[in-house]
Amino acid sequence: MGIIKERKITVILAGTLTLLSVFSLFVGVIDLRGGAAAAGGLGRLDVLLISRLPRLLAILCTGVGMSVAGLIMQQLCMNKFVSPTTGATLSSAQLGILLALLFMPRSTLWSRAAFAFASALTGTWLFIWFIQRIKFKDTVMVPLVGMMFGNVIGGVTSLLAYRYEMTQALSTWLVGHFALVIRGRYEIVYLVLPLIVIAFIFANHFNIVGMGKTFSKNLGVNYGVVLFGGLTIAAAITASIVVVVGSVSYIGLIVPNIVSMFKGDKIRGSLIDAALSGAIFVLVCDLIGRVVIAPYELPIELIIGILGSVLFVAILIRRLSHGRKHISLGRVKASRAIGGIQ
Amino acid sequence: MRSDALTKIYDGKTVVDHISFEIPKGKVVSFIGPNGAGKSTVIGMLSRLIARDGGTAEFEGKDVAKWKSGELAKRLAILTQTNNIQMKLTVWELVAFGRFPYSGSHLTERDNQAVRQAIEYMELTDLTDSFIDELSGGQRQRAYIAMVIAQDTEYVLLDEPTNNLDIYHASNMMKIIRRLCDELGKTVILVLHEINYAAFYSDVICAFVDGKIAAFGSVKEVMNPTTLSAIYGVDFEMIEVNGKPLSIYY
Ligand SMILES: Nc1ncnc2c1ncn2[C@@H]1O[C@H](COP(=O)(O)OP(=O)(O)OP(=O)(O)O)[C@@H](O)[C@H]1O
Ligand SMILES: [Mg+2]
Repeated sequence: MGIIKERKITVILAGTLTLLSVFSLFVGVIDLRGGAAAAGGLGRLDVLLISRLPRLLAILCTGVGMSVAGLIMQQLCMNKFVSPTTGATLSSAQLGILLALLFMPRSTLWSRAAFAFASALTGTWLFIWFIQRIKFKDTVMVPLVGMMFGNVIGGVTSLLAYRYEMTQALSTWLVGHFALVIRGRYEIVYLVLPLIVIAFIFANHFNIVGMGKTFSKNLGVNYGVVLFGGLTIAAAITASIVVVVGSVSYIGLIVPNIVSMFKGDKIRGSLIDAALSGAIFVLVCDLIGRVVIAPYELPIELIIGILGSVLFVAILIRRLSHGRKHISLGRVKASRAIGGIQ
Repeated sequence: MRSDALTKIYDGKTVVDHISFEIPKGKVVSFIGPNGAGKSTVIGMLSRLIARDGGTAEFEGKDVAKWKSGELAKRLAILTQTNNIQMKLTVWELVAFGRFPYSGSHLTERDNQAVRQAIEYMELTDLTDSFIDELSGGQRQRAYIAMVIAQDTEYVLLDEPTNNLDIYHASNMMKIIRRLCDELGKTVILVLHEINYAAFYSDVICAFVDGKIAAFGSVKEVMNPTTLSAIYGVDFEMIEVNGKPLSIYY
């Protein structure tokens, strides 16, 4: 019974995603259905290839990538509240981009990605090193510390940007949006897709490391190497997404949590569902952002922030017994997301 | 498997003090002794989980630290005293990880067979698809042991496997350990607090006190009132049931 049910969820998710993707291709300022596009001088196919398709691919990669990165981080850290956002990965990647802009003003996307990756990896490692040193009893302490750490890094980024008058340039990477993703910017696909494949190949290794040091040793898995490798993959995925579309929070936190409630924590069993759900989540948020105040559009980070905080609070309430500090965790996140719009 | 002058020091305190022994192959060997005597630490050092501070621990003539971890995982399996997996895995998924050293992520039919058999041994067939975080303490303990059995190694090290088990499942556990040894030729080293289980089911008993070996020998040699009283500081009386020594203490 179990197996049929598992497949069914995956098939439903894949079907939903396909429908939404097709639908999303036809939503926009330029109407692809009528003759309006031709009148504007652009062929329908051009609009599709220049703007809609890269955008859709970026959305899918963002959703897939962030939820897989979150899934890996949650497993490796044995904590359901660790994610690129709550593990300082995202803010470190932003700092990396700023450093790239400062030191290499004419940097290409690839070199910025390299900076973001190195920085994201360093930040994540510092965070992991720190939480391993201080053995927290309370699971909520770990993401709280991560968010504080992330805010400190974010503060440094803002300060540096202000100092060197880069605030304007940096804002592109602070708030995630897909509006600027156009033809030629398929890089995100090349960056994220191979990483997802690697994550899938090593899924069982991540699971075993998530069971702890003694289990890993008993099964002959090198704990340190897999931990490092897994976090490297998560940081690389996050950095790739931040470089192309900017910061997109919450997905890595929420999607793996919801999927785990239904499918359990065996990564081989849940990775594909987490990837599909992440893509659906971002796609829906993007559609909302494009429809609500059409012909203008809202940054994806705003929609995700609102939807995400509601879902996050719901997950918190489900996962934890009631307590004041747990609720306040939700508020901290919400205010951060709203702060990001300005 | 042998050790020579095996030593562990925690914070300046010697908790395992120059222990030397040789574990006879194909036997059930029970470690007994009071809390804090160093049993778990010795088992940990024998199975490369804990780094030693002195002496040697050899497995098949080669230092355990020199074995490739993946290779050793096919020859020696260990279950520690406390296990806490914060993960929503089904019993099947957990036990299947025991096959990881052999097949990595691609389980063969033979692996599935081993998993199925281990689950049957531990009488968990009805719970195969249950999540381990929704099991009782004893059921979970049995699932962990099933994983170690599925690992199908020549040497099996179990730290207090009867922990959390009711009388039925505890004695069943001991019978399975006996079968692993008699039918499959495995060497089983286990830590036990129920000394009558040790007396009934093991071939060799090794008693630890304060990080030293207080007694090492056959059941008959170790299970006598004088030795046991010296180890535990409790008065013992011995009776004989079915030709095996049975201790009574109060
Ligand atoms: N990680 C550690 N750090 C410091 N001391 C430790 C550590 N692990 C064990 N010890 C100490 O080493 C001694 C032996 O511990 P060990 O766990 O081997 O005892 P044991 O014989 O298994 O006891 P029990 O029957 O209670 O399981 C104890 O005094 C314990 O306090
Ligand atoms: Mg112990």
